[in-house]
Amino acid sequence: MTKKTKKDDTKATNFSGMSGAKVFEKMLRDQGVEVLFGYPGGVLLPIFDELHDSKIKFILTRHEQGACHMADAYARSTGKTGTVIATSGPGATNLITGLATANMDSVPMVAITGQVKSSLIGNDAFQEADVTGITRPVTKHNFLVKDVKDLGRIIKEAFYIASSGRPGPVLVDIPVDATTALLDGEPDMEMALPGYKPRGGKGNERQIKLAAKAINDAERPVLYVGGGVILSGASDVLREVAIKGNIPTTTTLMGLGAFDESHPLSLKMLGMHGTAYANHAVQACDCLISVGARFEDRVTGDLTKFAPHAKIIHLDIDPASISKNVMVDIPLVGDAKCILEQMLPHIKDGKREAWIKQIDGWKKKFPLTYKAEGKIKPQEVCEMLGKLTDHDAIIATGVGQHQMWTAQFYGWKKPRQIITSGGLGTMGFGVPAAIGAQFGNPDKLVVDIDGDGSFSMTMVEIITSVQNNLPTKFIVLDNDYLGMVRQWQQLFYNKRYSATPHKCPDFTLIAKGFGAEARTVTDRSELEDAMKEMINSKGTYVLHVRVEPEENVFPMVAAGKALDDMIHGELI
Amino acid sequence: MKHVISAIVQNESGVLAHVAGMFAARGYNIDSLVVGRTEDERFSRMTIVVIGDDRILEQVRKQLEKLITVVRVRDFLGADCLLRDLMLIRVHALPDKRTEITSLVDLFRGRVVDVSKSSIMVELAGTEEKLEAFIDLVRPYGIRELARTGVIAMQRGQTTTSDNEEK
Repeated sequence: MTKKTKKDDTKATNFSGMSGAKVFEKMLRDQGVEVLFGYPGGVLLPIFDELHDSKIKFILTRHEQGACHMADAYARSTGKTGTVIATSGPGATNLITGLATANMDSVPMVAITGQVKSSLIGNDAFQEADVTGITRPVTKHNFLVKDVKDLGRIIKEAFYIASSGRPGPVLVDIPVDATTALLDGEPDMEMALPGYKPRGGKGNERQIKLAAKAINDAERPVLYVGGGVILSGASDVLREVAIKGNIPTTTTLMGLGAFDESHPLSLKMLGMHGTAYANHAVQACDCLISVGARFEDRVTGDLTKFAPHAKIIHLDIDPASISKNVMVDIPLVGDAKCILEQMLPHIKDGKREAWIKQIDGWKKKFPLTYKAEGKIKPQEVCEMLGKLTDHDAIIATGVGQHQMWTAQFYGWKKPRQIITSGGLGTMGFGVPAAIGAQFGNPDKLVVDIDGDGSFSMTMVEIITSVQNNLPTKFIVLDNDYLGMVRQWQQLFYNKRYSATPHKCPDFTLIAKGFGAEARTVTDRSELEDAMKEMINSKGTYVLHVRVEPEENVFPMVAAGKALDDMIHGELI
Repeated sequence: MKHVISAIVQNESGVLAHVAGMFAARGYNIDSLVVGRTEDERFSRMTIVVIGDDRILEQVRKQLEKLITVVRVRDFLGADCLLRDLMLIRVHALPDKRTEITSLVDLFRGRVVDVSKSSIMVELAGTEEKLEAFIDLVRPYGIRELARTGVIAMQRGQTTTSDNEEK
């Protein structure tokens, strides 16, 4: 997990006499917070007064949901803990989608909410909401600060919980009187978490040897890699294990970038819209090694028919993930990097020629493909962006067809490259996510590949990008439909396009209104030029691409079908 | 299968909501839940009776352990432990039936704690099965009101719940 970069100097500080708001600002700096996303409000006035002169950079968004996704993407792209602040009542409830998004994808994040005066709590006061009650199911943990003397300790605990073990969002609800009150004497800053024992570190050596033996004995092993590998920084050792054992490797959506897709052992993504060769390999394998993944339904298809011949090894930091969805033969609990490092010396050099040959056959028979004819195809935009950026940009996405095409066609090389909402599938994530990632990576090219539906939900944050002179790029793949739902209607509901035709505004005009550069492309002949113009532009840029309206994402495993029961496009 | 789970939790507001919320969110049914103080004022003990197969219970245990405010969890299934449920039951009892009912109370080692013209109130502690048996026997007389605490549990011998947990 992420290590604290800054030294904890709270012990040396004299807190006595400080206001809660001052303690708050100081504790955030001690936790290494450099950027804080959010939106002010009545009960936050004391805190915002402290932030006015603070070294912490405060980023004002246009909606709290945007702030929450930015903090989330900042964390995903840097590995640091993201921080967001919102006021009581509606400010706090606007965070819910962002918290749930981060919670499902195990993102380290601390959310601060203002709360009404403690004496008013429970009275239905103005802008009051039971925020700890509402956020309990969508956070790793939450706190209500009842006394200014607890504030510093709780912030410390919040950051520790958010970033350790299986990371997740932690919310701290602070009544306004706790920020105005002055500390009388030195508070106890010692963390008091007797019930929190994050797993991590090394795994059980005997289990690891058992797992290594199962891998060595296997003729047809597959590595199935999830976001846990990225969280743990295990990509390098994972690559060594895969190469040493000659083990074909597939990743989940969250695991994209954990294994270089240009490597011959890469099977790219598996699951509902994964490659056919990854899905066939999983169904045919005799040993499935899951690393930091959780056998989610979009990955496994029909669970009863999932990987029927495989001995299943499951490496996860969260014991509750093990045998939750599939029964596991060899569980390994601990940090992915540590355990893979322990395992590496026990992995024998593998050839597995027959298996590799079989997989190469599938790769030849079922490539990811599309026809670059007629209107611009969304796939070619994703593929072209990959080539033009040397597969090195940070790519954010919304949710839907464009997200799957991005996952399939960009060509992922490195961890923390794709910033996407996997578990919750939050439309509207892309725009704020790209901005949040840009704040964490000021010198990198960050591009949001978005759909017209997702983009419309949160495009107001373009102004946040412009206000901060960010060079962030936004590509809108516009097909005039809520495409993924339309695809399902086409395939399973007799083409009855209920509520999916989507009238779009003039996106370039809107983008220009926000002060961004913008261009619309409708013809293939202009596409490359427009993409290059976008990449080379200095500021915020919105590239609006009109694409084939009824293009579908293939291959596809229909909900409830076995993983190798795929619908292919007409080209296969 | 019925499982009795004992959880030592931090004695703080909101802990019950964390535990109850986790059960509700994951669709696990609680048969009974008892919260009370322990020998250490910082902690409370929750004794939760859950019905489900071993796999569900394994998840319940792990999800409980994941909660930050839950310090230790133990499943008493198969352990040599004492289970106690306390019941107050008011039985319809006109004077001519009182002796019959009080002799049943004696057989079950219960106590009559209140008598009115037409009913008696009985206090009875024991395993759930014992309480059920008593309820079945007095049902023909008419049960006016019934309250039970739910099960609490403790292991026999010298080991404590905390000793049983791997460190």
